Amino acid sequence: MSTATEAAVIDTHAHDDHHDEHHEQSFVSKYIFSTDHKTIAKQFLITGIFWAFIGAAMSVIFRLQLGFPDADLGWLKPILGKWIQVDGSLDPNFYLALVTMHGTIMVFFVLTAGLSGTFSNFLIPLQIGARDMASGFMNMLSYWFFFVSGVIMFISLFIETGPASGGWVVYPPLSALPQAMPGSGLGMTMWLVAMVFFIASSLLGGINYITTVINLRTKGMTFSRLPLTIWAFFLTAVIGLLSFPVLFAAALLLVFDRSFGTSFYLSEIYIGGEALPNVGGSPILYQHLFWFLGHPEVYIVLLPALGITSEIIATNSRKPIFGYKAMIISMMGITFLSFIVWAHHMFVSGLNPFLGSIFMFLTLIIAIPSAVKVFNYLTTLWKGNIVFTPAMMFSIGLVSVFISGGITGIFLGNSAIDIQLHDTYFVVAHFHLVMGAASAFGLLAGVYHWFPKMFGRMMDSRLGYIHFWLTFVGIYSVFFPMHYIGIAGFPRRYYSFTNFDAFSGFTDLNMFISVAAIFTFVGQLIFLFNFFYSMYRGRKAPANPWKSNTLEWTTPVNPGHGNWVGEIPQVYRWPYDYSKPGAEDDFIPQTVPYSETMESNLPHENDLIALEKEEAEEEVVVNAKSEH
Amino acid sequence: MFGFYIALAVFLVVAILLFIFRITRLVNVVKGTGEETTQSSNNINGMLMLLFMVLFFGLVGWYSWANFDAYDPPVASDHGELTDKLFWRTMWITFITFFVTNVLLFYFSYKYRYNKNRKALFYPHNNKLEYIWTGVPAIVLTWLVISGWMAWDGIMSEAPEESEQIEIMGYQFAWSLRYGGSDNQVGDYDYRLIDAVNSHGQDFSDRAGFDDFQYRDLVIPKGKPVLLKIRARDVLHSVFIPHMRVKMDAMPGMPTQFWFVANKTTEEMRIEEGNPDFNYELACTEVCGRGHFSMKKNVIVLEQDEYDEWKAEQESWLSKNPEYMSQVPENLKELAVVTAGIND
Repeated sequence: MSTATEAAVIDTHAHDDHHDEHHEQSFVSKYIFSTDHKTIAKQFLITGIFWAFIGAAMSVIFRLQLGFPDADLGWLKPILGKWIQVDGSLDPNFYLALVTMHGTIMVFFVLTAGLSGTFSNFLIPLQIGARDMASGFMNMLSYWFFFVSGVIMFISLFIETGPASGGWVVYPPLSALPQAMPGSGLGMTMWLVAMVFFIASSLLGGINYITTVINLRTKGMTFSRLPLTIWAFFLTAVIGLLSFPVLFAAALLLVFDRSFGTSFYLSEIYIGGEALPNVGGSPILYQHLFWFLGHPEVYIVLLPALGITSEIIATNSRKPIFGYKAMIISMMGITFLSFIVWAHHMFVSGLNPFLGSIFMFLTLIIAIPSAVKVFNYLTTLWKGNIVFTPAMMFSIGLVSVFISGGITGIFLGNSAIDIQLHDTYFVVAHFHLVMGAASAFGLLAGVYHWFPKMFGRMMDSRLGYIHFWLTFVGIYSVFFPMHYIGIAGFPRRYYSFTNFDAFSGFTDLNMFISVAAIFTFVGQLIFLFNFFYSMYRGRKAPANPWKSNTLEWTTPVNPGHGNWVGEIPQVYRWPYDYSKPGAEDDFIPQTVPYSETMESNLPHENDLIALEKEEAEEEVVVNAKSEH
Repeated sequence: MFGFYIALAVFLVVAILLFIFRITRLVNVVKGTGEETTQSSNNINGMLMLLFMVLFFGLVGWYSWANFDAYDPPVASDHGELTDKLFWRTMWITFITFFVTNVLLFYFSYKYRYNKNRKALFYPHNNKLEYIWTGVPAIVLTWLVISGWMAWDGIMSEAPEESEQIEIMGYQFAWSLRYGGSDNQVGDYDYRLIDAVNSHGQDFSDRAGFDDFQYRDLVIPKGKPVLLKIRARDVLHSVFIPHMRVKMDAMPGMPTQFWFVANKTTEEMRIEEGNPDFNYELACTEVCGRGHFSMKKNVIVLEQDEYDEWKAEQESWLSKNPEYMSQVPENLKELAVVTAGIND
């Protein structure tokens, strides 16, 4: 054994000894400025849930406008004030503000921070066998930067001119010129400041996730034994680390254009009766920079959900995940490809058509790893012994919406077909199913599955089922009909369709969508109740409620700071030994050595027993040395 | 008062629900939640999966069939027929995939629901299967990419020489059109020259612009290439003519273009649709502010001879606004008077 590994082993042990002591923490350092990854994860989760309700409520309000254009919304005056016009209708500027903030909140605050922030923080140390994140302090900063970002964004909702309203992509010149719309004034400045804090938060988190996964895995936890959740979080962090800085650059240049008179994105503009002095800028430059983050962002929200689903589907099918390696390879493929497909958002932006062809080709390649993942999920279910926990229901639901939303990407990725479909409701249906609903289902599945580990209690499963069916039927009722409206050519971000003969139909379908949206929203209140009720009054959780193989279930029911009492367990096998022929139980945790499962070992695994013994002997030697 | 009753009703319903929840919970605690409940909830959820599948595909099938005409807009351009063909080809392929994978998903969930007497099959990998479902999608996608690329290449190619040139400019919140006139060339512009009257900022030192005229509708001939020269004055807009399958962003400082051939006149489409009030429309599809949803232009497609007749009747912008003659350089004044058709 080399000295380097010896030193590492000694180090781990020295580290171990300190963590058994319990020291009382003050309320502030335990619950507010905590450096414990579990507390930070819960902070991200609860903040994410808060934002999810705000973002969803906004969508309900603009759905009211779209479904019932003649309705009197005067009863919303106490909340929305002057944004309700005299005749009781919604102000068109505020409609755009709602659409913009709904997108920003859902994509960044809920599905990036709420999903990655919660589960990467919670599961990485627990599933790789680490005491905490590599840097607890940076981790704490990551949450508080996110919090500050949220506070700024929240305040921007209440200012006189309203929040940013140029769509969540905030394309300049619209977002750069306060004279173009009221939301491009102070609201836009606050949006940019909030995003800068958010990017800082994401980077702090991402660096931590990557470092922790690479450096702090417990003994035996090789990369080929990592649960797919960890693979997903790891690759997500890599994507975020490489793409968020580009959004930062885009935002910074926009700040310059807005406040310091530069012309990065502005050129030859005549607005408000005057010609602006800016020449030579390119609005397309912004789009390139934005989508260089914007497209990977789709995978930043999706990959963690797919990782969570892989874990839950395997556990509750009582079967190993089918094609573990293929799953990792396809995730790596998605990670790589996610950086070179961004311009498919810009096929009809005036982009060089030749570039359009290149990006069409690259975009359709990314469908292949996605298809492989779906087929692997289906094969995992095949001949399984499926336990329908609420988490499992949401995971199955995820696979369904991922398919339904994913295949429409084949239309949109094809630049010739995209000419007609670009910026119509077809796109809205596509990304809400494949990215919005799929990631939200992943988030909910994760909460149901790891709630016992977070709070030591079980969520009520009946309420979980009701919640699932309402959400699943609701999501499809909201987004599936949008395909028809999109094929008919209805453009996105329209306040009303009555001006056009071509878009005058489908009032019934629009009404149906709005009603479905309200039902789906109300259904989430069941989850909210279940979540907070179970936190205090739920059934006490057993140590391993889902009979799962992964490491987090070897910790105490309520793990303290440092996660394991005593030594961190060693890992001997991959996490998916479910229903192994010959084994007595239908699961064998990662901590069980092959030498104890002679009856179920596969031939090549018997060879590993000798290796296990060698390692154990070496450890004894090292321990003896370290005592001197 | 009415609001108060609604609030009270909501409160009571929520209270009753909470009460029911509490009671069933206590009953469960007393009975003990054992394997039986798992088994029964598994059966119920498994059934619901199947039921959902049947209802979902039933509704999708029925709606797609019954309302086909409502969501399938008629097409009226040459390239549009091609992209529609690609669209429906992709639709068949994806619909089959969508159907088969979803059916398998719900069916497996139902069929293999938990049974304590059964053990799941330990089946961790099969490389052959992985190769198959990597390879087959790859081949199908290659086919789609190549046919899409060929169509795209044609649509985005250089506009033919003889194309009718029309400039379309988006601004908050309308479109403005400038036609190339008898020389079929739209004259230069400079955004600094824009004023209340000269809304396009036409630059009168370019002789190609003397005969340019403006008109409230987009009037185009059938069967002849039309080149839209697209620009914006303030923020981003996007030209969208649904029936022509035309879409291209309009940007300040960065002109774009799109050429196409309309193949049905407005009259023909009125007959085909059985709607005497039918009109082609042009809309904005890039969010541009408060009036984004109201940027409508009428599009009129005429037979070639009707179009020529209409075009000949149009008076040049310069002749309607002769005060702008002062911006014409001295050496071109005479030419301007002749080409613009100013008779004084």
